[in-house]
Amino acid sequence: MGLLTGLKASITRATDRLFSEEDPKRIGIYGPPNAGKTTLANRIARDWTGDAIGPESHVPHETRRARRKENVEIERNGKSVTIDVVDTPGVTTKVDYEEFLEFDMEEDDAVRRSREATEGVAEAMHWLREDVDGVIYVLDSTEDPFTQVNTMLVGIIESRDLPVLIFGNKIDLEESNIQRVTSAFPQHETVALSAKEGENMDEVYDKIAEYFG
Amino acid sequence: MPEATAPTDDGSGVQIDLISGERMEGLASMEKIRIILDGVHDGNIVILEEGLTPEEESRLIEVTMAEIDPDGFNGIEIETYPQNDARDRSLLGRIMGQEDTAKLTVIGPANQIETLHKDETLISALVSRK
Repeated sequence: MGLLTGLKASITRATDRLFSEEDPKRIGIYGPPNAGKTTLANRIARDWTGDAIGPESHVPHETRRARRKENVEIERNGKSVTIDVVDTPGVTTKVDYEEFLEFDMEEDDAVRRSREATEGVAEAMHWLREDVDGVIYVLDSTEDPFTQVNTMLVGIIESRDLPVLIFGNKIDLEESNIQRVTSAFPQHETVALSAKEGENMDEVYDKIAEYFG
Repeated sequence: MPEATAPTDDGSGVQIDLISGERMEGLASMEKIRIILDGVHDGNIVILEEGLTPEEESRLIEVTMAEIDPDGFNGIEIETYPQNDARDRSLLGRIMGQEDTAKLTVIGPANQIETLHKDETLISALVSRK
């Protein structure tokens, strides 16, 4: 009897330990194409793990598959927060292969890229519905944030009660207008940054630790 | 419920389907999405009186992506009023019993509709023929 009681107690302790140690939260980096999502994902991954996540490009839909960097440990104020960073393809409601021809791409390559891009968008939406615990929504602060895709995506994120941070990227560019980004989604915290130049990354990491820790 | 009359597509105009909330009520999400995309594939502009839920919008994007074909259909243009739209707070809205989630939504083929202006109370779009 004593043996059984002891066994039960040790199993309870083991399962308690197993479930008290939370898995890292999966934080999806979302936004429209060319907002700088992969540049940000690479910046975060390089800063804390030394590795990049994926290739960056000025051609839209360079990221056509969601990519996850696991166990990114971010240290802030003596504490550490471990997250999985999920870089997702840019979300849109339309993909026209002719858009890629403007980037000196052969027609076959442009058609293939457009097919992969559509699959990537669908994959990003699936991740959003099923597999992320929080969202970093990246916007190009030189562009108009009042687009339908942004409105819908933020609405979908809110409907799922996911914690979300809005990142106004590309503040190193002259045309950047961070006030416009802030006013587009006043219900959410907005952080200004340049992922490419590494501007304001301290605040970026403070907010990631605060929201997703 | 009467069925919509068959379109007479002689290329001389653009068909606009204004779909009431009543017609969409009780339909499954995929049935709503099918009504929208079938209309858009035919080159029609679809106007929903009460729009879609965020979950349905998410699935609409996914299904649209699955149906994009480089040889023809290249996606949709969709516009709704921004959140907290003025209509929901209006007297007319309250009299009509519209819920806060109800939002007029315009959807059309991406190559035929272009949004010119959008704010809390106005959507202005340019529609071209196929």
